[in-house]
Amino acid sequence: MALRRGRGVAAVNYPTGMNLGGDPTQALVHSTPTGSFMVTLSSVDLGQGLRTVIAQICAETMGVPTESVTIDTADTDTGPHCMGTFASRGTHRVGNAVVQAAREARQVMLEVAAEELEVDPADLETDGQGNIRVKGASNLNISIFDTALAAHFKQGRSISGRGMFLVPRSYPETETGAMKPSTCYAHACTVAEVEVDDETGEVSVLSVKNVFEIGRALNPKMVEQQLIGGSWMGISHALYETTEPYYPNRTQGPRDYNAYLMPGPGDLAETEIAVLERPSGDGPFGAKGPGEMCANPQIPAVANAIFDAVGVRVDTLPITPERVLRALKEMEAAGAG
Amino acid sequence: MKLSKKYFADERDDDLVEIGQPRPRSDIRGHVTGRTAYFADRTFPGLLHLKMVRSPHHHARIRSIDTSEAEKHPGVARVITAKDVPQNLYTILILIQVGPEDEHVLAEDKVRWKGEAVVAVLAETARAAEEAAAKVKVDYEVLDPVLSIEDALKPDAPIVNEHHGRNYYLYDSGECRKVLFGDVEEGFAQADHILEETYRSSPIEHAPLETSGCIVAPEANGRFTCYTNTQAMFFTLDNASIILQMPGHKLHMVGGTVGGGFGGKVDVTVEPIAILAAKLTGRPVSFIYSREEEMQVSSPRAAEKIVIKDGVMKDGRIVARQVTAYVDAGAYSRHSPYGAQKAAAHFPGPYTIPNVAIDSYCVYTNRTPSSAMRGFGVTIGDFALEVQTDKLARLIGMDPLEFRFINAYRDGDMKAHRQPTEGAALIECMQEASVIADWPVDERFMKMSSRGRED
Amino acid sequence: MAKIPVQFTLNGSERAEFVESGTTLLAALRDKMGDTSPKGGCHQGTCGACTVMVDGELRLSCLTMAETCNGAHIRTTAGLANGEVLHPLQRAFENGFAAQCGFCTPGMIMAAAALLERNPNPSRDDVVEAISGNICRCTGYEPIIQAVLSAARANSTSAA
Repeated sequence: MALRRGRGVAAVNYPTGMNLGGDPTQALVHSTPTGSFMVTLSSVDLGQGLRTVIAQICAETMGVPTESVTIDTADTDTGPHCMGTFASRGTHRVGNAVVQAAREARQVMLEVAAEELEVDPADLETDGQGNIRVKGASNLNISIFDTALAAHFKQGRSISGRGMFLVPRSYPETETGAMKPSTCYAHACTVAEVEVDDETGEVSVLSVKNVFEIGRALNPKMVEQQLIGGSWMGISHALYETTEPYYPNRTQGPRDYNAYLMPGPGDLAETEIAVLERPSGDGPFGAKGPGEMCANPQIPAVANAIFDAVGVRVDTLPITPERVLRALKEMEAAGAG
Repeated sequence: MKLSKKYFADERDDDLVEIGQPRPRSDIRGHVTGRTAYFADRTFPGLLHLKMVRSPHHHARIRSIDTSEAEKHPGVARVITAKDVPQNLYTILILIQVGPEDEHVLAEDKVRWKGEAVVAVLAETARAAEEAAAKVKVDYEVLDPVLSIEDALKPDAPIVNEHHGRNYYLYDSGECRKVLFGDVEEGFAQADHILEETYRSSPIEHAPLETSGCIVAPEANGRFTCYTNTQAMFFTLDNASIILQMPGHKLHMVGGTVGGGFGGKVDVTVEPIAILAAKLTGRPVSFIYSREEEMQVSSPRAAEKIVIKDGVMKDGRIVARQVTAYVDAGAYSRHSPYGAQKAAAHFPGPYTIPNVAIDSYCVYTNRTPSSAMRGFGVTIGDFALEVQTDKLARLIGMDPLEFRFINAYRDGDMKAHRQPTEGAALIECMQEASVIADWPVDERFMKMSSRGRED
Repeated sequence: MAKIPVQFTLNGSERAEFVESGTTLLAALRDKMGDTSPKGGCHQGTCGACTVMVDGELRLSCLTMAETCNGAHIRTTAGLANGEVLHPLQRAFENGFAAQCGFCTPGMIMAAAALLERNPNPSRDDVVEAISGNICRCTGYEPIIQAVLSAARANSTSAA
């Protein structure tokens, strides 16, 4: 009887956006009289940080600082339609709609500035600090503050834009299943190291080394947040989680966090994360959806590591100590027989 | 976290200003000061609390419902049953033409899972609503339940859901979504080894810290404002509009700040009945799942059964893969027909295999209806695929990581669902993993590229 | 039902309300006194989102009867900052990206604040133990542990 170590690997991909497409999102962008920008949406932030990443996408497209962009979202009286926050679609779908809206607004902004500066709009650029200037002649410039004032009170123009993003719906071919499920995929590879107590069946995940390819890390700190949390959830799924531990007997079903098991802060695996960026062809600045994918590869990697450690396969989730122990006893019995 | 910039550098414009910067979260100050406003952080004078009477049986016929004692309970404002719901029969995905309508907002003739909503009780306090709910008398004739995928698909199995008339979802392709590519039988015939294995999972709960819920306030202009933690504002509005037979302009959804979702807040289960309650009483109504309801009543990730049969060559090539996947939808569709379809599209995983056959079933049982969760249609499939892949490597005595390099998909490869691969990066992920996990592989694998084949 | 008076100090202010007997401290704070920083995640003492301090001791406000708090000093996350100046834990959670959905954050911060008040130089194990009654579903805990440790370091630096 001993603590046995093993390691396992798994590699996965994950589609971005609703399967088969057909999931639209709209966005509106407009400036205030003093050159702040409002993005109006009906998209939901579940905690992944949608508001922040969308503000960055708008700011990059407009050529203005992120802090000058405010996200006004999830009020159906004001925000245009969004299919919702699911299927790793938020950054990709909402982001694309915002890029389109922000491009249109930027064009008007440059036209207004051009009239003030008496130059051609095509000769203008933004400095990312809140100013518009003539390319190659930075002394010829106007602040976005003054540009917005001029648009509102002098030129009578609305610095605004509309955005819509829709991946056309694909209908699977009946006989062959030929279809277009998604326009881009994120990727991952995880190596997990476990320690298995072959007397109790208990599994400890010592470390997970995760590599994620996510198109583009638009905000690396928020990407990191999601990837660390997802990696934790993957381990949790592998070893602990079920609402029906002894189905169909439901009396054992967990009703609270005491009985619904998840790793606590004292049960964490040492977690390492590397991020690769292969920009997607159709994502905002190449982004893909990493939010779901990041919780998947740990599950088989842990299962494979358990086999590597003690030589038994548990092909039913979650891989509880009871299941590991039963498998070990079966192997022992088979060996003895 | 390490950003490995050396991969695909030529495909990227790394010269951006705001993109790529770790800007602070705009909501963080609210989070750390406790001032972020979630839907339940609002108080309304005269707020009523809704408590649901739920089925204690997996499968039963409702003979009668007696609410008279509950109605007399002190503090009770109103009791709601199926006959009060304008369009009681619904299904969420009808909005994108995935029918048929198969679920009742409140049970009518039958209950089909343990926990199904039967009667809604509204009272001045949560406690009074709970006490009154306990006084609702429902006379059930208990029926044989169908409790597993295997039992559901037996020819003589009781029908779980009459609106389907069979215990599986009927796709245009028949009893399952099919994907066929190459000739899987021919592939098996040429294989050096065949391996067939079965994988299973149990339902998993999203377990967000904030339970599903909403507060509805009737407005002076005849509209209803619904403060909700739904993951999809218009999905909720449009379904509520259909169920309540109320034009959409009467409804105003406010949300967007959610205490965790993970896919658990895309079913439209609390808003329509709460809006109806506000309409019937003329008062604001709160319907918030208890932790027990969130754990045992809200849709979990489905239990699944996945059978994978592979043909593999001694040199490591997978030449045929047949997958038969079963998603246990529970008693109602919710998003499961979509999930089983997504699974069919995901198999056979990120590998190039010349002969593939996929059958993906959405099966009805008298289980808690399952629905979307982080990784919907993929998570359990990836568990099965990647454990199977490990077994194949060991079967032919090959390093499991090297085995994956041999089969990894690359740009231009045709996938089983007949889309050419674009933007692949599996190989580079494995190369980086080989380095950071100190899992060395042969030099030829470190020289591979997702952008094309060597020959 | 007859109402009973409760009177206590909440984040330094005298507060008094009438509540029904059996009302939890969580409900009294949120519904009567307008402090919604404690969250109701389970209402049965298993998630920690409602954590507050009563006379310097951590309490699950969902399991504490409001009427037992008469005369007590109650502190919540809403009262941690000094005007615009954040508590070191709040700063550390911000800088460390230690919150996602934010629903567990006020309870987490109270649990961590109680730890730092009794032990200004905690080890990682001390931090783990201190937050082990608080559930987080988003972050995987590691950023939270790091934020608490970094707040402790910032405290000891500023004290020195």
